[in-house]
Amino acid sequence: MPLKEMFKKRTLTPQEKKQAERVRKAKDTLLEFQVPDGLFQKCTHCGKTVYNEDIIENYYVCPYCGSYFRVRPRTRIAMVLDKNTFQEWDEKMETSDPLKFPGYKKKLERQQAVTNLDEAVITGKGKICGKDVVIAVMGADFMMGSMGEVVGEKITRAVEKATKLRLPVIIFTCSGGARMQEGIISLMQMAKTSAALKKHDEAGLLYITVLTDPTTGGVTASFAMLGDVILAEPGALIGFAGPRVIEQTIGQKLPEGFQSAEFLLEHGFADKIVERKNLRKVLATVIRSCEYE
Amino acid sequence: MSNNFTPWERVEISRSSERPTSLDYITAIFDRYMSLHGDRLFGDDKAIVGGLASIAGRPVTVIGQQKGRSTKENIKRNFGMPSPEGYRKSLRLMKQAEKFHRPIILFVDTPGAFCGIEAEEGGVGEAIAKNLFEMSNIKVPILSIMIGEGGSGGALAMAVGNEVWSLENSTYSILSPEGFAAILWKDGNRASEAAKVMKITAQDLKELGIIEQIIEEPEPACLDNIMDISEKMRTMICGFLNKYDQKTQEEIVDERYDRFRKF
Repeated sequence: MPLKEMFKKRTLTPQEKKQAERVRKAKDTLLEFQVPDGLFQKCTHCGKTVYNEDIIENYYVCPYCGSYFRVRPRTRIAMVLDKNTFQEWDEKMETSDPLKFPGYKKKLERQQAVTNLDEAVITGKGKICGKDVVIAVMGADFMMGSMGEVVGEKITRAVEKATKLRLPVIIFTCSGGARMQEGIISLMQMAKTSAALKKHDEAGLLYITVLTDPTTGGVTASFAMLGDVILAEPGALIGFAGPRVIEQTIGQKLPEGFQSAEFLLEHGFADKIVERKNLRKVLATVIRSCEYE
Repeated sequence: MSNNFTPWERVEISRSSERPTSLDYITAIFDRYMSLHGDRLFGDDKAIVGGLASIAGRPVTVIGQQKGRSTKENIKRNFGMPSPEGYRKSLRLMKQAEKFHRPIILFVDTPGAFCGIEAEEGGVGEAIAKNLFEMSNIKVPILSIMIGEGGSGGALAMAVGNEVWSLENSTYSILSPEGFAAILWKDGNRASEAAKVMKITAQDLKELGIIEQIIEEPEPACLDNIMDISEKMRTMICGFLNKYDQKTQEEIVDERYDRFRKF
């Protein structure tokens, strides 16, 4: 567009009006939860400068290269659940700091202030296309989504409540693994959450996992891999050992695409890779297909 | 406690090539042992051994993570780092035990699950997860004994027991002290300091409620004194079996659930 026209007042074309309406709608539901600073952002993948509005409208996917930005838990809930149906459970739980690890409590407080989250997971109940579900969403920006006592307890409680209420469970995984600062107690969360899911399974109820970038370590080796249906976001890093650890162990570079969602699909450990814009619909279809009472 | 090693000294003892392996204990403790092989899906992992055994005349299933003593044997055993097929074999044997009402005795001794390309391709995360998931509901009593290194999820996948015991100089941790120091302090050389704060010794684990019993080692366990330690373990295992004979299947499953629920 020539410079002089940029400042000219003019009416919008119908396409532009539609576009503006779409942006407004997307902003309405999403922007209040995750406002990136400034007007632009640089896509970490292709390096192009992207309008924040374009990112939001495109479900936090880069409009140029299609790579996925990480989504914060509340934004995810807004994307997936019916509007205003989310009811949060077990807010503000505190860890017992089992190792009394120097500086850990301080670090938690700082993280809480910066991220506006209580912990690395949000759990609760809501509706997807009118169907009641129990949902847990992990977030990478809170200590890399690591699982300690509180994350394990919130997920376990959510699953136990789902069993009692006879509701499906959906967990969005996003985690660097177990939380080192809580030592062996973090490890026990793997057994605890898995056991709760076994009871949910025995009750004949549906469990869906959605693997998002990144899902590794103790979370991969517990509830992430236990879904009746396992979905994954395109390009997400998913694995047990971190890629750097494997590279150090075997002393060579890993092949392109190793431990990606596509790699998992190829090796039979995920059911489907789902684009973010279709996720809500796919979840609704799975939930409907698993109803039998 | 019979001696005063530092946590880091215990880490070194737990990894020592002198330390008895699962098969050493299995041979010493049980009246007879017959190995069974394969996961029925892909292969037979040499880092996990298991099969049918009997103790004081009653049949049990035993499974152990197996390290080698020589380099050659260690290569065969992959240094005690199980692959996905190893965990799937262990689960198959546990399911078999459940079907025939045999209690399960597990020996844990691993630096961790194998972290290589093949392990990721084979879904090692899924294999461990499935063990945790299924073990929580197995209807027969499960006893896990830490005999050396208890490394992370790779150890936990064989430690969802009604009771977990540990030899005095064994360790059980979320990650090796070296890895822990590298992640949190960006300095892998501070491993001995990490061993102290991580609470990985049997004594610390008992205080945290992670294990029920400590099996004393008057001298660090080795092939010379294994008969004494095994004799003690044999008596303790018989005690465990008698105690769980009194319980119903439902009690066994519920107690195991509650054991892990409390963390």
